Amino acid sequence: MIAAVAVIAGIALLFGLALGFAAVRFRTEGDPVVDRIDALLPQTQCGQCSFAGCRPYAEAIAAGTADINRCPPGGEATIRALADLLERDPKPLDPESGEIKPRTVAVIDEPLCIGCTLCIQACPVDAILGAGKQMHTVIASECTGCELCVAPCPVDCIAMVEEPVTLKTWKWPRPAEPLAAERR
Amino acid sequence: MKQPGLWRFHGGLKLDARTARATGDQIGTIPVPPQLVLPLSQHVGQPAEPIVVPGERVLCGQPIARPSGYVGAKVHASSSGTVVEIANHPVPHPSGLAAPCIVIETDGLDERWTGYEPLSDYAALTGPELRARVRAAGVVGLGGAAFPTAVKLGAGSGLKLLILNGAECEPYICCDELLLRERAAEVLAGAQILLQALAIPRCVIAIENDKPLALEALELAIARAADPRLEVVSVPAVYPEGGERQLIKVLTGEEVPARGLPPDIGYLCHNVGTAAAVARAVLQGEPLISRIVTVTGDGVAGPRNVDVRLGTPISALVQACGGYTGEAAHLLMGGAMMGFPLADDSLPVIKGTNCIVVASREEIRPRAPVMPCIRCGECAEVCPAQLLPQQLYWHARSDDLEPLDDYHLFDCIECGCCDLACPSQIPLTQYFRYAKTELWARQHDRVRSDLARERFEARRDRLEAEQAARKQRLEEKARAADEARGDEQARKAMIDAALERVQARRDAGASGPPGKDE
Repeated sequence: MIAAVAVIAGIALLFGLALGFAAVRFRTEGDPVVDRIDALLPQTQCGQCSFAGCRPYAEAIAAGTADINRCPPGGEATIRALADLLERDPKPLDPESGEIKPRTVAVIDEPLCIGCTLCIQACPVDAILGAGKQMHTVIASECTGCELCVAPCPVDCIAMVEEPVTLKTWKWPRPAEPLAAERR
Repeated sequence: MKQPGLWRFHGGLKLDARTARATGDQIGTIPVPPQLVLPLSQHVGQPAEPIVVPGERVLCGQPIARPSGYVGAKVHASSSGTVVEIANHPVPHPSGLAAPCIVIETDGLDERWTGYEPLSDYAALTGPELRARVRAAGVVGLGGAAFPTAVKLGAGSGLKLLILNGAECEPYICCDELLLRERAAEVLAGAQILLQALAIPRCVIAIENDKPLALEALELAIARAADPRLEVVSVPAVYPEGGERQLIKVLTGEEVPARGLPPDIGYLCHNVGTAAAVARAVLQGEPLISRIVTVTGDGVAGPRNVDVRLGTPISALVQACGGYTGEAAHLLMGGAMMGFPLADDSLPVIKGTNCIVVASREEIRPRAPVMPCIRCGECAEVCPAQLLPQQLYWHARSDDLEPLDDYHLFDCIECGCCDLACPSQIPLTQYFRYAKTELWARQHDRVRSDLARERFEARRDRLEAEQAARKQRLEEKARAADEARGDEQARKAMIDAALERVQARRDAGASGPPGKDE
């Protein structure tokens, strides 16, 4: 009887030590779930989800304090991907956070720009180039279309322009499918 | 003709060739039109960069745009005249979009540019030298996809067989057939150049067995060339045998691996028209400025093949073939299976234009209403890429695109066999095209979002570092002040020292240089 207890206790101690060692030795840095959620977000850093960027929103989703349907730039594809990752049901976009719009790029009307640098401070990805009392310009390839530079501009010289479709970015349309049987 | 054991590829369809009406005549020519429109982007890869400016006079064959990347081809003026504009014009593309084009007002003189030297004996040239000539001449694959030929020629070494693709399997298209009938010697010369450029020991020219005249002409030319490396093989006419993977399977029994290319298993495949263009580029120093186009269909009065300058408007081409008949209803570029509709006939002929179909209402009927998929599996039976179209369809239709890669969507060659086989008339190919472009767009978005994340994090780190530095500076200042306050004597000494400095400066008076604060 005592031998049996000792053996079981010994095994428990052994496994406990092994687990304790593994917990210290193979510790993961950061929260992998947050990283995986963050990888699915569009990185617009626009704050429409009410968090100060994509990473904080990802952290809030992981913590369970925010829902997955608060990202308008990501649209339905992002909601679906998040639902897949977290094994939840996809739901429509929360209208409070905004609406799904085509992707845009900020364009500065350069003759109007007074060089106040307010937009440079607002840009979350450093995509605006300029200095005090110098004309500013947007590096179009780096702009995420977050619109955060539009409001601070004192002379309203920033416009959001839709990206033109080129031969390289054109997509075949989804077939319109008038399913004969479903129409009936 | 040797008839070695041939294999078959999976699936495929026997289609009515519909080429007879356009093969009766010889290859025609048409006059140079008053205006040529040459798109800068005629194939995959980056668009070419113009090297001429509006107002400049150009000669026939003069380079007017150079490739901006490795996968690209030069564009040459296809007749002499004046560049009037470099601007967006509608181009022949499924999207119907406008893209940058160089517009040339021709002067009718057709004066030749002589920058590329003719070369009758190329035996001394190395592979890279031959490739450079092909690249300079702007030669691209003339089978329809217009992939830059020089890029394909850089595809590795140790190849065992060159395959020249004369298996024109699409209904209506017969430009390669006519080329082989009339210019077989040129095709063979091109084959010999390609063999030398890549040190390939053998070349097989494949022709479908429903083109006896082309076969005869080619056999005659081979007998004349007396080159044991060249061989012609007649293959059964099954659609889509003109696909390079399908043709390689038929000729060799080997399959090109998914995500691989023919050179991976030792084969290189070129269209016969491309070989002829290579021969002209190397032997005559003539860049790619014209191509043979099949103009056919019930809607055109005199269907035939025409050797036409690139940039010629399709309207002029149809006019040269007798104009439209009353039945003309649809305008297609490419064949009936893989072609796409064109919005109007002002669009120019480009390097990839192998065929213009002016179809009547009878020839291309509207699709019957789409019915639900009944999982009959007909589509999988005919798929030449051995995919499961019904499975791809379910995912594409529900916009669940991520698993499509596991079902090898990107191995789909968009041949349209499944569309034709589907008893429910589901537009399967269009779903697959949609899914492909959508997935490419998402891939592109992912690259952009990774960049944005990197920049966002870099900015965050910078701001944090700046804040930390400011904090540290303030702390140091405060500490210095504290220390000074704590030590009254030191403070006094500091004040005395300062007073002394001021006194000393006053004593120096006007003789010294004026201080900063004076």
